[in-house]
Amino acid sequence: MTGLLTGLVYIVLFPGFVFLVIYALFFEFLDRKITARMQNRVGPPIVQPLADFIKMLGKEVIDIDGVDRQVFDAAPVVALAAVMTAFLYVPVIGVSPFGFQGDLILVLYLLTIPTVILFILGWVSRNIFSSIGGVRVITQMFIYEVPFFLALLTPALMAGTWSISEIILWQQQGLWFMILQPIGFVVALIGLQAKLERPPFDIPEAETEIVAGPWTELTGRRLALMHLVKNVTLVTGSALIAALFLGGPVLPWVITPAWLGMAMGFCLFVLKTGAVLLVLSTIKVATGRIRIDQLNTIGWKYIASASLLQVALVLVINYRWVSP
Amino acid sequence: MPEVTIPIGPHHPALKEPVNFKVIADGERIVRLELDLSYNHRGIEKAAEQRDFIRVLPLLERVCGICSHSHSTAFSKGIEEIMQVMIPPRGQYIRTIIAELERMHSHLLWLGVAAHEIGFNTLFMWTWRDRELVQDTLEEMSGNRVHYGMNEVGGVRCDLSPHQVNAALERLPILEERINQYVNMVHDQQTLLLRFKGVGKLTREEVLKYGAVGPTARASGVDYDVRRDDPYLVYAEVPWEVVTDTNGDVYGRTCVRIGELRESARIVRYCLENLPEGPVRVEVPKIAPKGDVLSRYEAPRGELVHFIRTNGTNKVERVDIRTPTLANWTSVAMCLVNQNLADIPVIVAAIDPCLSCTSRITLLNTPGGIPGAVTFDELRKRGHFYNQGRGPQ
Repeated sequence: MTGLLTGLVYIVLFPGFVFLVIYALFFEFLDRKITARMQNRVGPPIVQPLADFIKMLGKEVIDIDGVDRQVFDAAPVVALAAVMTAFLYVPVIGVSPFGFQGDLILVLYLLTIPTVILFILGWVSRNIFSSIGGVRVITQMFIYEVPFFLALLTPALMAGTWSISEIILWQQQGLWFMILQPIGFVVALIGLQAKLERPPFDIPEAETEIVAGPWTELTGRRLALMHLVKNVTLVTGSALIAALFLGGPVLPWVITPAWLGMAMGFCLFVLKTGAVLLVLSTIKVATGRIRIDQLNTIGWKYIASASLLQVALVLVINYRWVSP
Repeated sequence: MPEVTIPIGPHHPALKEPVNFKVIADGERIVRLELDLSYNHRGIEKAAEQRDFIRVLPLLERVCGICSHSHSTAFSKGIEEIMQVMIPPRGQYIRTIIAELERMHSHLLWLGVAAHEIGFNTLFMWTWRDRELVQDTLEEMSGNRVHYGMNEVGGVRCDLSPHQVNAALERLPILEERINQYVNMVHDQQTLLLRFKGVGKLTREEVLKYGAVGPTARASGVDYDVRRDDPYLVYAEVPWEVVTDTNGDVYGRTCVRIGELRESARIVRYCLENLPEGPVRVEVPKIAPKGDVLSRYEAPRGELVHFIRTNGTNKVERVDIRTPTLANWTSVAMCLVNQNLADIPVIVAAIDPCLSCTSRITLLNTPGGIPGAVTFDELRKRGHFYNQGRGPQ
């Protein structure tokens, strides 16, 4: 009975949905504030993302002629459900109680769903800007997804497990994968930036070219939910990289009592995800948008090769030193 | 993907200007481009014929928000030529200072817009921040940020106090430092280079064929600048150089504009330091003798031409304005073909288009398909016909 109750609290309250939504909105604030300060602007107040979210929830939802309403209503919800589920497997206060052998694959799979949803939204919008945006979404996905997956699977290869929790425990005894696999870490950050469609990879929603890409026809609560999906993906992605490359929310020492250990773990979680966000925001500020053909060249020539190199290195290291 | 038609403008985030492109694209490649100007014909040339010389200047200043000083200088220069009046040196220096400050704020604005078109918002924010320094100087000197109203036929409206001169001289070193920073940024910043180099290329021959002017022409190696080749104001006395480039692409145009920023700062500094004493304007007759004049002026965007015809009264009989954007349009339409869809905004922005100034009435569906003139009554009739059944009855 207590197990069920703890599980429910974990899913619904902390660190599940309620906390996740608050943290996602806070992350948006942090991102916007960092960006603004780097660009010599003031930036928004802390409640701005929440205010925006509530405002958009209250706005009129405009239905487009000849477009399936159900698809349009359901798509953002499905995307939100997918990324929120993914977050349950990412460690926040110590390892996740739902973790199982192979949850890394599940998280990666769930993180792909918003991208596919975005493509579908663009495709059914019957708007030229949305269609081009949708095609760009799927093109971009084929470019960054392979290196991103490879980069995130290299820690699993070295640790010899497909479970996020076990990868964290492996790092607890030794070094962080950021130091062991610097190439994989960089590729993972680039891949996350591309997945989130932030500059220089904001090609699918390039404002000055195709208005807002697949987002063009989204209004009211659909738009609000899709924005939330974006922020939740940002949190989940940062947490995933923090877990796989930065040692996750666990300390090398055992801390008693247990609640103090959890509190320390949570502090580490905030610090490490914040650090990942800082890097992502810096990339966003320091670059312009590249073209899809340039991304194709860069992605397949350099980023994919780099991730393959990382995999090869890991295999060599595994063969020589790690496995007997 | 089959060929699709993408409408860009008049409502589009890339161009907040009244223009419409119908871009016919094959996937991401542009096949053809159809231009539709003239959403915003304001009839300024006609209105200018109704006003005397004192009241026509504020009107002409409002042809364009960015190059307001250019239009009023081009016009008053022409009228002064017809009246055969020489304005005093101090007046000429002040006109030059305002003109070059205007060029600086226009180029800084352009750099920001070009960066925004490729999604590089940091540079956009920074240049617009620094542009405020120029705007502050202009406001201090003239009282206004956009429409300075400094020109009068026969000189300038107000003098510069030593305090204003010193304040402007104090801001210049900061500006020069920032400009140097942007020079480095444009040469080093990888995403800028990726998006600017080799995009929207125009050869020297093409520029001459399509009659492009200003930084667009100079970026393709056409060494032509009205300030040097047909000097007016004090450009013949001031040490400065024409900036050219041989790249011929958006990158080249950026380099030219950044070089001009430096040169403008030099000119402003020289003029402020060597400001002669004396009056700033002379009394001019109310009436201009009969005559025609073609007044040329190097506006921030290129060569601006005012054709002025006077008829011995205190009004002009005809003033015809050829804005630099109009001269540059053809080259844009030509160099967009076969480019990438993503490059449209930056190629269009590279000529620094100013569309409201450019709007012309062109009737393409006249009998025989030849653009022609129509009478006012006919125009009215067309308007009535067009509006039938629309709007509140």
